[in-house]
Amino acid sequence: MSAHDIAVLGAGSVGVPIALSLAEAGQSVICIDSAPSPGQGNNKCAIGGIRATHSEPAKVAICLDSIEIFSGWKDLHGDDIEWRQGGYTYVAYDEPTASLLRGMVPAQKASGLGIDFVTPEAITALVRGIRRDGLIGGTYSPGDGSASPMRSCHAFYARARSLGVDFRFGETVTALDASDSSISSVRTDKGAYAAGCFVNCCGSQAADVGRLVGLDLPIFPDCHEAGVTEPVERFMEPMVVDIRKAPGSANYYFFQFATGQIVFCITPDPPIPGTSVSETSEFLPMVAPRMVALLPRLANIKVRRTWRGSYPQTPDGSPIVGRAGPENHLLAVGMCGQGFMLGPGAGRLVARLITESLTERDRETLEALRLDRNFGAEEALK
Amino acid sequence: MPNSGQDRLRRHPILSCPEPDLVPFGFDGRILYGRAGEMVSSALFANGVQVFGHHEKDSSAQGMFCANGQCSQCTLIIDGIPLKSCIVPLREGMDVRSVEGIPRLEDRPGPRVPSPAHRTVDALIIGAGPAGLAAAIELGKAGASVIVADDKDRPGGKLVLQTHKFFGSEEDCYAGTRGIDIAGILATELQAFPSVEVWLETVALAVYSDGRVCLRRPGGLFMIEPRSLLTAAGARERSLVFPGNTLAGVYGAGAFQTLVNRDLVRCAERIFVVGGGNVGLIAAYHAIQAGMTVVGLAEALDCCSGYKVHADKIRRLGVPIYTRHSVVAAHGSERLEAVTIAGVDDSFSPVPGTETTFAVDTLLIAVGLESVREFHEKALAFGMRSYVAGDAEEIAEASAAMFTGRIRGMEMACDLGLCFEQVPPDWGRKAEILKSPGGEVFPYEVPREREGVFPVLHCTQEIPCNPCMTSCPKDLIRSAGDPILGIPVYDGGCIGCERCVAICPGLAVTLVDFRKSSDRPVVTVPYELGTWSLRAPGQEMVVTDWEGEVLGSGLLRDVRQVPGGRRTVLLRIEVDADIAARVAGVRVQDPADLLPEPLPRQVPVSDLSVVCRCERVTAGEIREHLRAGIRDLNQLKALTRAGFGACGGKTCRPLLRRLIREEGIPAEEITDLTERPLFAETRLGMFSGTLEGESEDVRS
Repeated sequence: MSAHDIAVLGAGSVGVPIALSLAEAGQSVICIDSAPSPGQGNNKCAIGGIRATHSEPAKVAICLDSIEIFSGWKDLHGDDIEWRQGGYTYVAYDEPTASLLRGMVPAQKASGLGIDFVTPEAITALVRGIRRDGLIGGTYSPGDGSASPMRSCHAFYARARSLGVDFRFGETVTALDASDSSISSVRTDKGAYAAGCFVNCCGSQAADVGRLVGLDLPIFPDCHEAGVTEPVERFMEPMVVDIRKAPGSANYYFFQFATGQIVFCITPDPPIPGTSVSETSEFLPMVAPRMVALLPRLANIKVRRTWRGSYPQTPDGSPIVGRAGPENHLLAVGMCGQGFMLGPGAGRLVARLITESLTERDRETLEALRLDRNFGAEEALK
Repeated sequence: MPNSGQDRLRRHPILSCPEPDLVPFGFDGRILYGRAGEMVSSALFANGVQVFGHHEKDSSAQGMFCANGQCSQCTLIIDGIPLKSCIVPLREGMDVRSVEGIPRLEDRPGPRVPSPAHRTVDALIIGAGPAGLAAAIELGKAGASVIVADDKDRPGGKLVLQTHKFFGSEEDCYAGTRGIDIAGILATELQAFPSVEVWLETVALAVYSDGRVCLRRPGGLFMIEPRSLLTAAGARERSLVFPGNTLAGVYGAGAFQTLVNRDLVRCAERIFVVGGGNVGLIAAYHAIQAGMTVVGLAEALDCCSGYKVHADKIRRLGVPIYTRHSVVAAHGSERLEAVTIAGVDDSFSPVPGTETTFAVDTLLIAVGLESVREFHEKALAFGMRSYVAGDAEEIAEASAAMFTGRIRGMEMACDLGLCFEQVPPDWGRKAEILKSPGGEVFPYEVPREREGVFPVLHCTQEIPCNPCMTSCPKDLIRSAGDPILGIPVYDGGCIGCERCVAICPGLAVTLVDFRKSSDRPVVTVPYELGTWSLRAPGQEMVVTDWEGEVLGSGLLRDVRQVPGGRRTVLLRIEVDADIAARVAGVRVQDPADLLPEPLPRQVPVSDLSVVCRCERVTAGEIREHLRAGIRDLNQLKALTRAGFGACGGKTCRPLLRRLIREEGIPAEEITDLTERPLFAETRLGMFSGTLEGESEDVRS
């Protein structure tokens, strides 16, 4: 049986950057996934938005780290991951939304985020053609951006491999063998691997893998559909998020990708529990009227493709990161649909945790993301 | 005069060519004229325009490939919206612009349509071609509520391009009748069933997990919930990987037939064809019917895979068939100027030093078809009651598609509890016979008689075809084997009625008549080219044997129209007695017009060939990733963008499979691309439908 310092379970948005950060920190890593190649679960379903604009300071901290990695990747490593710093704007067309967004700005700034509540004129300059009628203003965080989830995941994977990470694809985890209070090895349908430490990064399957070590993880995946259009000349910069509710849906959001396509997604309300990736006839008729009402020129852009993925939700909208269960077992799970943007920052955090080089801020972040926290208050910008 | 200078067919031996009623439209600021209602792409071809824009990635010229609503290469900005021009009918005053790089999204009103409407039906049939129409007739007989959806503006599918007479049997599938006429027969028959609706210009966008099928009609979207679904969507044309494969002027043989036979556009002068299956052979024949020159046809195998009678037919007219050859390059900067072919070895690799270059303006790709079955596969995955027929099930002749469509329609009716008639037990076997590709070739012999009158059957290959037998009023032609598949044998007693000559779809029957002269007999030869250039009596004609070898010359005695309006004419040619029985046709192309350029042109490296046309991904890029160990095509797509484009991987998918095979990678190592809707790009505004009342006519 081959032995590694760390076994990372899952090679998606979270597992791959964690494996990379651990390899960068000099650890020997094995990374196991049931898919045939990296990022074939929810990573490729992500639309690519990357923001530090959250209301939970722990998420702000992780995502600021992520943005540093995404934004510097091409210069440092050469691969074009289609990073684009277009910012995020949360728009307000009614007073309750405006005051909610305004109210969060001071705390967000205190977490280190560059964000302001800006005028309607500023928003119309950023998103040409957006409905001016009724627009009160919105937050704008120019440091946020977007990248290609698939290209990013592959770039992280290629670098991790070059640093010696042993990737095993097409292998499904079936058991974690524990002796006393620690895990000795992970078994898959094809083999068994010993390691000193085990990290669950299993996305929508995280709760199933948690049960293998007796943990009952509060992770409840729900289904979201997304779409992409034909590419058009650039006419908008930031991700636009409209957090109002409408019959059948909560928030929806869209942005113009680096290569010109509009990528969009909506949150069904009530949520649709499960991990189905089968497309439904409900999605486009639900999202189209809202997008077209907000930005009328989108009526004439052609939808190219739609798909469905799942958000491994936690009760409060924040992930679970840190040690839990057996002493050599860690969690980086429950990313609530934000695994792509949280992954690289979470990778560094987990690497610092394992190599015992945590900062004071890391300790606060991990404290907020403990499994045994009180999941009472929901993240406002979930 | 707008009409002059148009590249349109003025006359055609089979099709009628009415003087087009032209309307003005704008193209890149110029005023051009086109026929109202024809597809915008056809109107441009008729004006000599084949470059529709330039790609943003490498500024390469973009032209048409499929003319079938599949590939998106023909996208043009039509009244401000980028649309597939091959499925948008031309209207007077349209503003058409080429696509230069990425289009701009303007602020303009969206489509005025209502919210998607919901309907429930017994059966939804995707495709109103031979299979779909035949199935609809059977479901109609059973009283089922049926919607037949087709993206074209008329029913018939590919039947409307098929000016040739059909194979098969008269009893089962209208053998001996032309495809264009069968389309009308089926559509008329269908009108007798009020429970069947035919929705034209209706594009199937998606089959959803909730059992709904999304259809886009000119007036808005429909979510159809069918109790059963039949995919009869036919097939799409495969492309081929060689440098220059995306030049304007390189397109599918089916696209060519659409331009010429449906839209009567004279889209080419000098043509080369790659691929010797029935599609390529028939396209070459159609080109000659339309008055074009076919410089040659290349086939990588030792002999054409299409029916021998089709290959012989074009050889006789003077088309050189280069077997064990393939295209290695298309030359030109934007428009095709020339094509280079080369001999291939046993593994189909080009043999250096065997290159030959021909000057042509058009290269037709006829290297096979790919079933359009994404709807069926989605429906099966979602547990719907789903059926498939015709080319969508298995690539074969339209005669077989009609027959399997009928069977499927009856099966669906029974499964719906509306059984009208059980499928006869022998139909399954008959369907297999009709699907047969060309079979064994038997020895060829011609009669030695020098007296009387008798037919000569230049047909020695087992193919599913028997009209010569069923048309003989004296029952003198019988099958040597299976009643449909067997080769025909003549037993004597001919009365010289010429019916077998007139009906044979392969033009492989002649009649030799010694009754008036024993040394200068008259041979009756079927002829489907224009008779306007024939002078009878007295014109000297070059006559050939069955495979196109020149036998000598003969004198045209007269030209006889065939009764019953089948539009084949019979040439009666007086020839020497020695060659009479071997005469099978007349040569029309002058070999001097078909010569190659004196020296072959330089062939660029094959890594520059384009695999994904939409995203301009080259074979070199794909090979590099395959050699680096990539085996998941979804990962390959993420890395190269191959399959991310407007067509959704419809064109590059078969090419990827081919490259993988060429690299020696076993198919079981490969994870295929995941298919996602929409199967045709559609404006977001079609889904947002806020309109109450009258909707406008929209097509995207």
